[in-house]
Amino acid sequence: MSALTAQLPGLQVVIPLLGAVLAAFIRRGALAWGWAALITATTPVVAFALLVQVWTSGPISYHLGGWPPPIGIEYRVDLLNAFVLVLVSLVSAIMMPYARRSVAHEIDGDKQAWFYCMYLLCLTGLLGITITGDAFNAFVFLEISSLSSYVLIAMGRDRRALVAAYQYLIIGTIGATFYVIGVGLLYLVTGSLNFADIALRLGEASALYQRPVLAGLAFLFVGISLKLALFPLHVWLPNAYAYAPSFATAFLAATATKVAIYLLLRVIFSIYGVALDLKSLPISAVLYPLSIAAMFIASILAVYETNLKRMLAYSSVAQIGYITLGIALMNQAGLTGGIVHLFNHALIKGALFLALGAIVYRAGTVKLDNLGGVGRTMPLTCAAFVVAGMSLMGVPGTAGFISKYYLIVGALNAGMWPIAFLIVASSLIALVYIGRAVEVAYFRPVSSAVAHAKDPPLMMLVPLLVLAFASVYFGIDTELSAGVAGRVAEILLSGIKVGGAN
Amino acid sequence: MKFDLILRVGVKLMIPFMLLFALYVQLHADYGPGGGFQAGVITAGAVIVYALIFGIEEAQRVVPKRLVEFLVPLGVLIYAGTGLLGILFGKNFLDYSVLGANPPLARERGILFVEIGVLLTVSSTMVALFYAFSERGR
Amino acid sequence: MESFKSLFDHYNYVVTIVLMVAGLYIVIARGNMIKKLIGLMLFQTSVYLLYIAPGKVIGGTPPVLDAKFTVYSNPLPHVLILTAIVVGVATIALGLALVTRIHEAYGTIEEDEIFARDEQE
Repeated sequence: MSALTAQLPGLQVVIPLLGAVLAAFIRRGALAWGWAALITATTPVVAFALLVQVWTSGPISYHLGGWPPPIGIEYRVDLLNAFVLVLVSLVSAIMMPYARRSVAHEIDGDKQAWFYCMYLLCLTGLLGITITGDAFNAFVFLEISSLSSYVLIAMGRDRRALVAAYQYLIIGTIGATFYVIGVGLLYLVTGSLNFADIALRLGEASALYQRPVLAGLAFLFVGISLKLALFPLHVWLPNAYAYAPSFATAFLAATATKVAIYLLLRVIFSIYGVALDLKSLPISAVLYPLSIAAMFIASILAVYETNLKRMLAYSSVAQIGYITLGIALMNQAGLTGGIVHLFNHALIKGALFLALGAIVYRAGTVKLDNLGGVGRTMPLTCAAFVVAGMSLMGVPGTAGFISKYYLIVGALNAGMWPIAFLIVASSLIALVYIGRAVEVAYFRPVSSAVAHAKDPPLMMLVPLLVLAFASVYFGIDTELSAGVAGRVAEILLSGIKVGGAN
Repeated sequence: MKFDLILRVGVKLMIPFMLLFALYVQLHADYGPGGGFQAGVITAGAVIVYALIFGIEEAQRVVPKRLVEFLVPLGVLIYAGTGLLGILFGKNFLDYSVLGANPPLARERGILFVEIGVLLTVSSTMVALFYAFSERGR
Repeated sequence: MESFKSLFDHYNYVVTIVLMVAGLYIVIARGNMIKKLIGLMLFQTSVYLLYIAPGKVIGGTPPVLDAKFTVYSNPLPHVLILTAIVVGVATIALGLALVTRIHEAYGTIEEDEIFARDEQE
């Protein structure tokens, strides 16, 4: 048994990878779904085992190929890693039963097996980015997940899905290449590719080569920001989320940007924070205006959207602004707020996009004008939408409130009263666009498109209700989300060179 | 392509040398530029030049589409399977030293196996891409 | 004169930067989808140069173990760039497949025409 637990970090990536390869041999859609569901169900088991192991006995180091770091590639699991691993694998596993009907409805029969193969590859890539401790290995997994997500998006029915996938391809590849340039500059000055080893050597390297180190930070930051859709590098996100198949949108919205945020946290706190004084680097100075711009501008753009999927996509850009604001604050409460919002937002957006997918499954449209009265014909779906929407707004008692609370406390602790005010103000804009959707759903006469719609089948309804319930549950019992996030923030801040100010 | 005698005879003479060179590149990865990806592309190049000169139907008679679609995941399976052997024998993933008594020789053997997997996947992917693109126009 | 000397000493970096900026300019400034992909390829090629050129150690032999030689060129950048090249090939292949499908769906591969047609819907 202990031999198995020693192999858990490797198995976390190997199982979905083998699953994807074997899924490529399958030709029937339903069989492919069953195989994908089986593989996806094993990933949270491994992730939870890793989390328990890290929580009790500290970081795990797994040497790929038996070669010790820094010679070989190392998979390094500490609490931040394990947290994100559990999030990604659990949300994917919860969403899998939903996929069967949704994918069968939106994608032609012979392509369904390939969809599940690409989905498993994307899952492999995301789990790989999270677990690896080697910078170039992270690039390889980043490209694995990105290429498969381009294919997932391009499989949408609408021909605009192709253009959206192409746009995402161009922008995503530029982002990944910027990341490679950043890693290259760090490799040139330190001679190592391992995150921990770079952190050790970066201090003396930056004394000799100050400009390449800063340039490396800039390239890494911009490259990762292109992937996490930080304003103004978010241009690919609205189209990609709007025209992709509903399950693909829900999966990517809940996982892909979160893993990119993990990578940003790793670069800022575990590499540059350990070697240099974070206050001397312009990271916060860049993140503050961009986060606030994201929070306001993206929310306002969401208000003017009539396509509900695009509205939620812009809302995602705004919520990512909250998370990066938490990173910019760089104190205990702020960073806790950012990390716990990473967790909560995955649940909230997962629930919201699953609800929209159910509406597409029954009514065939997500244009707000056609969805009058849908709250009466599809009561459970819209109830889940409203609950998740309230969590998005940050109503007390929901998970969204917990994240906003920590962010406001962090802003006050940093002495930045205007930012605390701005956080509250931008949450009110979410009230406008969610409220408008609620008004159309419940207070308008039933339109023709939704007249014969009813709640989706049980396999689609249960994941939706589970995620909506989770977005409220984690607002009441915060030990698993905020407790772990607080500990993660503590660990990240205790490792940096000049100790984090409170 | 319109029947052209010189091209046909020339390509017929060239293809065996191309395939042999691909095999050479594959197996001499230790001492010179080479390896699975390069060899795979040269092999695919041989099949593609055959398809260009003699026609797609001829090429699909020699290298059928179903074979190509089967080989693409098979190569990755060989690679992942060799890595998995490391786990099955008690060591970490992609540890090739379990494949023999003498660790350096065992690792060389492991790399040979994974490079074969890479060759299969890369060559069949390139040929599959060519088939897919050429069928679009019809 | 000093800056010219250092420029010519580091001309591999100059070439890298020129390729990088040229590739990015093509991606941003051209509306034809295939031209964008070509610009992307050029941009990725500059990154290969960024890694490989500093890998050569002056006076170093290829990294084949032999008793007579002690200084070896660094083999790691070559391995990294092989991976990056394969990733680049896969990306461009996917991009071209998308362009083919877009051409079949829209009849054009100019971005402004495609956006105009989407606006009309």
